[in-house]
Amino acid sequence: MNDGPSCPTPLVDDELIELAHGGGGRRMQRLIETLFLPAFANPQLDARHDGAMFKVAGQRLAFTTDSYVVDPIFFPGGDIGTLAVNGTVNDLAMCGAKPLHLSAGLIIEEGLPTADLQRVVGSMQHAAEQAGATIVTGDTKVVDKGKGDRIFINTAGIGVCEHARDIGPQQIQPGDVIVLSGDLGRHAIAVLAARNDLGLEAEITSDCAPLAAPILDLLAAGLDMHCLRDLTRGGLASALVEVAEASGRDIALEESAIPVRDDVRGVCELLGFDPIYLANEGRFIAILSEAGAADALRILGRHSVSSGAKIIGRVETTTAGQVEMTSLIGGRRRVDMLSGEQLPRIC
Amino acid sequence: MRYIDEFRDPEAAKRVVASLHEITTRPWTVMEVCGGQTHAIVRFGIDQLLPDGLELVHGPGCPVCVTPVQYVDKAIELAARPDVIFCSFGDMLRVPGTDSDLLKAKARGADIRIVYSPVDAVQIASENPDKQVVFFAVGFETTAPANAMAAFQAHRQGVSNFSMLVSHVLVPPAMESLLTSPTNRVQGFLAAGHVCTVMGYEVYRPIADKYRVPIVVTGFEPLDILQGLHMCVRQLEAGRAEVENQYARSVRPEGNSPAQSIISEVFRVVPRQWRGLGEIPQSGLGLSEAYRIYDAEERFGRVAPEPDHDGVCISGRIMQGLAKPPDCPAFGTRCTPDSPLGVTMVSSEGSCAAYHRYRGTTPVAA
Repeated sequence: MNDGPSCPTPLVDDELIELAHGGGGRRMQRLIETLFLPAFANPQLDARHDGAMFKVAGQRLAFTTDSYVVDPIFFPGGDIGTLAVNGTVNDLAMCGAKPLHLSAGLIIEEGLPTADLQRVVGSMQHAAEQAGATIVTGDTKVVDKGKGDRIFINTAGIGVCEHARDIGPQQIQPGDVIVLSGDLGRHAIAVLAARNDLGLEAEITSDCAPLAAPILDLLAAGLDMHCLRDLTRGGLASALVEVAEASGRDIALEESAIPVRDDVRGVCELLGFDPIYLANEGRFIAILSEAGAADALRILGRHSVSSGAKIIGRVETTTAGQVEMTSLIGGRRRVDMLSGEQLPRIC
Repeated sequence: MRYIDEFRDPEAAKRVVASLHEITTRPWTVMEVCGGQTHAIVRFGIDQLLPDGLELVHGPGCPVCVTPVQYVDKAIELAARPDVIFCSFGDMLRVPGTDSDLLKAKARGADIRIVYSPVDAVQIASENPDKQVVFFAVGFETTAPANAMAAFQAHRQGVSNFSMLVSHVLVPPAMESLLTSPTNRVQGFLAAGHVCTVMGYEVYRPIADKYRVPIVVTGFEPLDILQGLHMCVRQLEAGRAEVENQYARSVRPEGNSPAQSIISEVFRVVPRQWRGLGEIPQSGLGLSEAYRIYDAEERFGRVAPEPDHDGVCISGRIMQGLAKPPDCPAFGTRCTPDSPLGVTMVSSEGSCAAYHRYRGTTPVAA
């Protein structure tokens, strides 16, 4: 048996863009930090919030954009149209803004059945109505067969902030509680199951939903809200690591407090996924002072989308900028961002 | 959730931990063989709960970690061919070959597909008769039945454009190889529960007798691991060296006979090179004579595994239980999951990846 094993050449060259660069983990962070931030440097972008915030004629506005390439375009609990509206509406909500107007850019592959397009557009309109926003401008392009994947959608949105709070990672304080709005991972597993026909006994539906209503209620109640994040790509773990790193404060989580449904856990156990990294499209965390925790849970409980809200951890007094979790059996572990997306394991 | 929650029960875990503290009177070194167990130990912080001197060392049971670099290179070479659709389990995609990996090959245009079952690759082959479909068949005894089933189905359905690049390995020869090493410090084993579900555990009796080591077939949940460890320490303290089964809800002494039949029909035992451990005789599976026509190496040229080259990465020492990930000078600095120097940092079940993910590069307060 030899002693010194092989050391393959380090593959640090990011010569080509890989899927991991869009996976919501470290690789994407690095792309943002080394390419986009230096190229476009400005205070709004540098804040690295879910959307940009600025004042126009004395009014605080939030502005954000997102693109949607989900495969398959229809899945249990939603479709690419629902996602495209809710995703942007939710990014505005995370700025504490009331969503007003959206744009929609559609890139359609030739050969898409018109009925499918009609269904997607119907979902967009329905989602916009639910969120109290209007789609006021748009663009359509059709590309050659094979140059796209049925349909890609970009949406951008503006919203108005009707409160005077600063909301962002820098605002979090020691002792703050971390409130999670509901169970984790259903969107990721619903899409995965729809894509791969996992042969599950019961259908898992996406959690895709608009989040503005509960957020605006929390803010209207005057709670001492410090930070809001929706838990999309990269999941709960990546969102909290981003907050911890940006604030320089440590965050402690209790694994036993984090709600994950049994069917989602079952798929995770089977494929070797950790639910705290799974994508959600209707979940957020609110970080606020402990004094407001009970009120926050009461307010969130009134909205079906956040009726399962729970306190899952708190902000520590230490300042290493890290997230730690107490495991179910009492051991402690660090929670870090993944490099890219989770890959199903061999056995 | 049944079969999960009761094995993550904090009160039950506390009781086993307390008893483990009571029965442990001397330092012991126990190796958990399987990467899934390593992952659970670090994820749940099980090692932080143990008595002083009771050390868990992490074994070679991560299939991704022990696949020789030349097989990864061959996979990349085959995937790059325009006439090939290359199918693999997800976690092989990030494993570095000599100068690339399958994810990079995919970004360069190779048709690489993640499959959840090897039989899906046969389906892809029958749907794409003008393409060669190659499945990367790696893993231990656990994945061997499903991989064998893929070749069996291809044969039965006459899917001739399907083949497998096989780098299968077997657990017992690797355990023996560790025990015969002059540097061995392992005094007891937690054997890999899922491997035993397939193969049973009779095969471990001669090893326990010959090398005087207790071997406890152990599951993957925190309580499984604590109980397995408890059984192992009880044997060590009493001077016994027997094979015991902690994972009785899944493992029978004789294993799963239909699974063993399909393995012996499709595969035969061959010598294998292990990344980090070197060549171990009779430690792998290759396709049997009757299934040779589905061997990608027969179809596209053979792989010539070479001994590993020296380097800063100490993954070989880690997989032999001689070192822990933080002992490596490159751990968390030059070697991270984003830019891994060795396979134990790549695979989600590799020890270095588990330490990096759950412990970070700074110590976690116990």
